[in-house]
Amino acid sequence: MVFSFELFGQAVVTGILIGGIFALISVGLSLIWGVMRIINFAHGEFLMIAMYIAYFLVAKGGWDPYLTILITAPALFLIGIIIFQVTIRPIIKDPPINQIMLTVGLSLILQNLALVFLKADVLTANTAYTRMNFYLGGVVVRGSQLIAFVGSALAAFILYWILQKTDIGRAIRAASQNRDAATLVGINVRSTYLLAFGLGSASLGVAASLMIPFYYTSPTVGLFFGLIAYVVVVLGGLGNFIGTLVAGLIIGLTESIGASLLPGSLARVLTFGIFIFVLLLRPQGIFGGKQK
Amino acid sequence: MLNVNNLRVQYGAFAALQDVSLSITEGQIVSIVGANGAGKTTLINTISGLLRPVSGEITFEDKNLLHLEGHEIAALGIAQVPEGRKLFTDMTVYENLIMGGYSKHAKLNREKSLEMVYELFPILKSRDKQLARTLSGGEQQMLAIGRAVMMNPRLMMFDEPSLGLAPMIVQSIFNVILRLKATGMTIMLVEQNVRQSLQISDYAYVLETGRVVLHGTDQVVSSNDYMRKAYLGI
Repeated sequence: MVFSFELFGQAVVTGILIGGIFALISVGLSLIWGVMRIINFAHGEFLMIAMYIAYFLVAKGGWDPYLTILITAPALFLIGIIIFQVTIRPIIKDPPINQIMLTVGLSLILQNLALVFLKADVLTANTAYTRMNFYLGGVVVRGSQLIAFVGSALAAFILYWILQKTDIGRAIRAASQNRDAATLVGINVRSTYLLAFGLGSASLGVAASLMIPFYYTSPTVGLFFGLIAYVVVVLGGLGNFIGTLVAGLIIGLTESIGASLLPGSLARVLTFGIFIFVLLLRPQGIFGGKQK
Repeated sequence: MLNVNNLRVQYGAFAALQDVSLSITEGQIVSIVGANGAGKTTLINTISGLLRPVSGEITFEDKNLLHLEGHEIAALGIAQVPEGRKLFTDMTVYENLIMGGYSKHAKLNREKSLEMVYELFPILKSRDKQLARTLSGGEQQMLAIGRAVMMNPRLMMFDEPSLGLAPMIVQSIFNVILRLKATGMTIMLVEQNVRQSLQISDYAYVLETGRVVLHGTDQVVSSNDYMRKAYLGI
């Protein structure tokens, strides 16, 4: 493969745009961890469910993909809080190993249910945005990815604003910093957990709708994004909101530059190399610990 | 106002409180004194609903607190300034105070309460954008008190407010407690600093290894022979 300036420029542009989506997907995982110290290993499968909802609305219902956010975000919020109430809440005080077993089990169940009911077919929605491209010099900017980037930034900003500036968002942060003190000032800690889980899941609904014009869906699509989200969250510092956003961009760039430099599936080596490197040398993430 | 009857609290097989009964009269400062490990913090956390008793009852104006969860107890107007402050360390001073005014009833008076807190502790106003973790020990204690004042409470419980603070700051905190009493608040003061807390109290209970061993008005307690020997060193 000949390396050229155009190729590199293309990798950077694609990397940043995809990184925005990675950031939005990861922010939900980070929020859930920050508040209740649970890593939801079914995070990717929640995204998969949202992508199927978006796909069917677009492919069978003829919806504009971006309008499907009106369905996917509330639907994922609801699915999130129901799954939380039924499965996670009963073990919220259990040792971490039980919680890991539970969410990993949940991810396997959701994947296999999808295989049974939706088949293993890889589905791609063909939308008006799918072939909308711009050219910057020799670099192609895919319109759908640009919209996804802007939409992700907007969604992350709204989530950040809720957490920073509204009473309910402050209550979520307060409960994550000191459960007892939060109870003492009258915050219902359990409902902040529920809400945080709902918001973390709803952000996946938004991400799914933004991705559907340029990304396929299948029962195992969550595996890749789930893994990426853990890498991003660890890199950004568990529970660190801004760190997660920056780490999303870094991993987006790594993936995309890796794919242009290294042959085939070796590309992913870079991403997981960074992951192992961070775990070994800076387990608190490159942006320090929790900063909220 | 607050009545505790035959309260028994256990950590596993260990009884931290046995048969504790006490009552707090509206408008008074009531001290709970005793050595480390006497069960003072256990008592205060059981009233706040953070711990569940094995038996006994706690009522606040005829409401059974044992049927309520911690956040509902707070919403009734029972505030706690916890031992070790328990601030929201990664939030600003202002945000900590705002969280104190979180419950519905407190929210109505948020602006007024904020003014009162800034008047009691002007230093908090000048540091309102700083993270709570960056404050000095004395300032953190002020913030913990301010956060509780923001709850606009009827009963305010202090758990060792003097712990680890310089004598001058301790004095100013005791003065603030007196000023809060003057606004009509009822105060429950848990302290190891026996002499100073008896001075500002109307009534006191002495707790030893989980039991009330003595109670009475401040004069009665401070003139008791055992108290003089064991706690006041006279």
